[in-house]
Amino acid sequence: MTNGVDLGRPQAQTVGSDEDVVRVRQLVRTVAVAVRLSLVDQTKVVTAASELARNTLVYGGGGTVEVTAIDNGRRPGIKIVFVDSGPGIADLDLALTDGYTTGGGLGLGLSGARRLVDEFDIQTASGQGTRITITKWSR
Amino acid sequence: MERVPILKIGDILLVSIQVDMSDETAVALQEDLAERIVATGCHGVIIDITALDIVDSFVGRMLSTIASISRVLDAETVVVGMRPAVAITLVELGLSLNGIRTALNVERGMELIAIDRADDDHHEEWDDGPVAGATASP
Ligand SMILES: Nc1ncnc2c1ncn2[C@@H]1O[C@H](COP(=O)(O)OP(=O)(O)OP(=O)(O)O)[C@@H](O)[C@H]1O
Ligand SMILES: [Mg+2]
Repeated sequence: MTNGVDLGRPQAQTVGSDEDVVRVRQLVRTVAVAVRLSLVDQTKVVTAASELARNTLVYGGGGTVEVTAIDNGRRPGIKIVFVDSGPGIADLDLALTDGYTTGGGLGLGLSGARRLVDEFDIQTASGQGTRITITKWSR
Repeated sequence: MERVPILKIGDILLVSIQVDMSDETAVALQEDLAERIVATGCHGVIIDITALDIVDSFVGRMLSTIASISRVLDAETVVVGMRPAVAITLVELGLSLNGIRTALNVERGMELIAIDRADDDHHEEWDDGPVAGATASP
């Protein structure tokens, strides 16, 4: 693919600061362009990644983000994995509710990010860290 | 940390966000703007987000906060130049941008602020009540 983006090869970005969240957005944008997402879909997936990377930083105490260009045989897409070894989320249903926040935010990050992507998978438990995988397919 | 420049054009402060802002930069902009509003006595703030390719919940919250702060400091804020893809994404994310006025571009934003100020002046006169000796207009 273009721009140094190879199909199936993950590109990692550590998330330890504000500036790293900016870098995650830029990396996601590059890969989203390479797999030919429409402008609106690029915008959606970059926005979702920005929300989740910020949560990784703020609540997870930092972690890593891996961005991969993928292809399911019918169409290309982008897969992003956010991993932290923070406190985890005890009540996932609650955390996924619009407006729920423990940090004085708007409580839209998790629930909004889920709406913006095609696939959203979250693995977390109290004290076990959090791992979120999102996918957006090119149409 | 990068800082977003604030320009004074007449009675208006113009903020044109040209970088992918870190959260820290966004917070600094909030504070810088509040100080400039007071220092200049400007009554209008235009935030041009033409160059922003996303607005997430953090930046959305910053825009709302700036609008609230400027209102308290007697200035109107208008956000201009939002890209269509950004607007679509904002709505799906669930951000309502409550209390934020928007316009298509900087010129329209300036018009909006001018109309607003004219209205305000009118209301202030009116609020003061009839001046002694004044006669009602026919
Ligand atoms: N990686 C994480 N580790 C631990 N807790 C998390 C993590 N991500 C989210 N949470 C919890 O889920 C809640 C909801 O997250 P969400 O992103 O929806 O809202 P927020 O970050 O509080 O506000 P916003 O994102 O709108 O500014 C958070 O307040 C936090 O308690
Ligand atoms: Mg969040």
